[in-house]
Amino acid sequence: MAKPMEQIKWQELEVGSVVVEVGNALEYETGTWRSEKPVVNKTQCIKCGVCWLFCPDACIVKAPEGHFEANLTYCKGCGICAKECPVGCITMTGEEE
Amino acid sequence: MAKVRKGIEVSIAMADAVAQANVDVIAAYPITPQTHIVEHLAEIVANGELDAEFVPVDSEHSAMSVCCGSAAVGARTFTSTSSQGLALMAEIFIISAAMRLPIVMALANRSLSSPLSIWNDHTDTMLVRDAGWIHIFVENGQESYDNIFTAFRIAEDPEVMLPVAVNFDGFILTHMIEPIEYEDDETIAAYLPKFQMKNTLHPDHPVSMGCFGMPEIYTEAQMQRESAIRESYPVILKAWDEWGKLTGRHYRPVETYRTEDADYCIVTMGSYGETAMEVVDSLRQEGEKVGVVKIRLWRPFPNEEFCRAVLGKKSLVVLDRAISFGGPGGPVASELRSALYQKEGAPVIVNTVAGLAGRDVSRNDFRKIILEGKAKAQRGETEGFDLYGLRG
Repeated sequence: MAKPMEQIKWQELEVGSVVVEVGNALEYETGTWRSEKPVVNKTQCIKCGVCWLFCPDACIVKAPEGHFEANLTYCKGCGICAKECPVGCITMTGEEE
Repeated sequence: MAKVRKGIEVSIAMADAVAQANVDVIAAYPITPQTHIVEHLAEIVANGELDAEFVPVDSEHSAMSVCCGSAAVGARTFTSTSSQGLALMAEIFIISAAMRLPIVMALANRSLSSPLSIWNDHTDTMLVRDAGWIHIFVENGQESYDNIFTAFRIAEDPEVMLPVAVNFDGFILTHMIEPIEYEDDETIAAYLPKFQMKNTLHPDHPVSMGCFGMPEIYTEAQMQRESAIRESYPVILKAWDEWGKLTGRHYRPVETYRTEDADYCIVTMGSYGETAMEVVDSLRQEGEKVGVVKIRLWRPFPNEEFCRAVLGKKSLVVLDRAISFGGPGGPVASELRSALYQKEGAPVIVNTVAGLAGRDVSRNDFRKIILEGKAKAQRGETEGFDLYGLRG
């Protein structure tokens, strides 16, 4: 974003509040919403990619070793990956622990 | 089309105007009393007389959705509806203004159900009063035809970029055969050049429209809309002035008839202005110092022009065509009371709601409304409103 959202004056908005900057959703770091984070047991993971497929925020990425993990800058902690994992290798863990 | 004067149904003339405006997309769902406009446009497109997409949609909600999509790519877009159709499209109707899409709608005013009624009043348009559209009210067939062009001119102005509704009374105008002067296509083309939107939906230049907005930005987005509709006022005046120069037919946000020396005035919006002028003529012969004030521009509301027209008068009899249930009276009277509040020389307001769902308001009724309104004002009975002709 050219400017953080909370600094934009009304006169600076595009007509109709059109967003002209492509892909700027990346600048919106939704990870702060999270109260629980997904923790992957790498030895249990079968690298099937189901979590990657189901993540509604597309924040799960493939690690170099082949297993999958969440990008915590964007992960909202919804827990869908943990629910869908066929081998149960993802555990939702409280952020405060 | 050459410049010609002909006797024609107002809806057909409206459709011809839309064709002359050389629209690119028409998306509409037929509903009484708007039907003839849409049917005639379908015919014009099917006959190859207009190079446009006519999209026969499954509902008004879809009609306005198509209109948003087509306007978003920069296509000149028209739709028309009434009553329940407007209510069904309300969700997208509001969004179209927020997204600043220059759609033009012929809104054939009709009452809202229930009881189910196909007849005319202003309850449908009042439903969307605060949606952020520009609202023009016309009185007769010629004004209906003319204001299709002025509406596109205003909507597409880069300083405006807002949708415009041309409100015209169902049946009283839609189904009336009147003498209407058509302008030639060259005049229209010069008045309405092709328009260019700054941001359009195009794969080569991707943008996002209608995005999610957090509390951090929603207030600013609303202010942008508020500013746009306020700033549209001088553009509207200019569009009407230029139309006046081309055709000799002039429009103002507030129009007056025999008000200069009037003690009191009847205030109307829409086709009733015509009856009001006739009745005022006959009352003048009897010595009544009465005039007519007609609100042509409903949004943005012409506060200053209205005040200039009425300050110094003793009273106003405001005729409303809708009730704001549980509110202070008719929506027009409420607006005028607010405009005049604490202004020096403000006339008192007597509010009458009449002509709901097509109940006839004859010249004689007008006469009664005006004279009784004047008497009530003199007695200081200015609270609330009267429902004219109510039994019981």
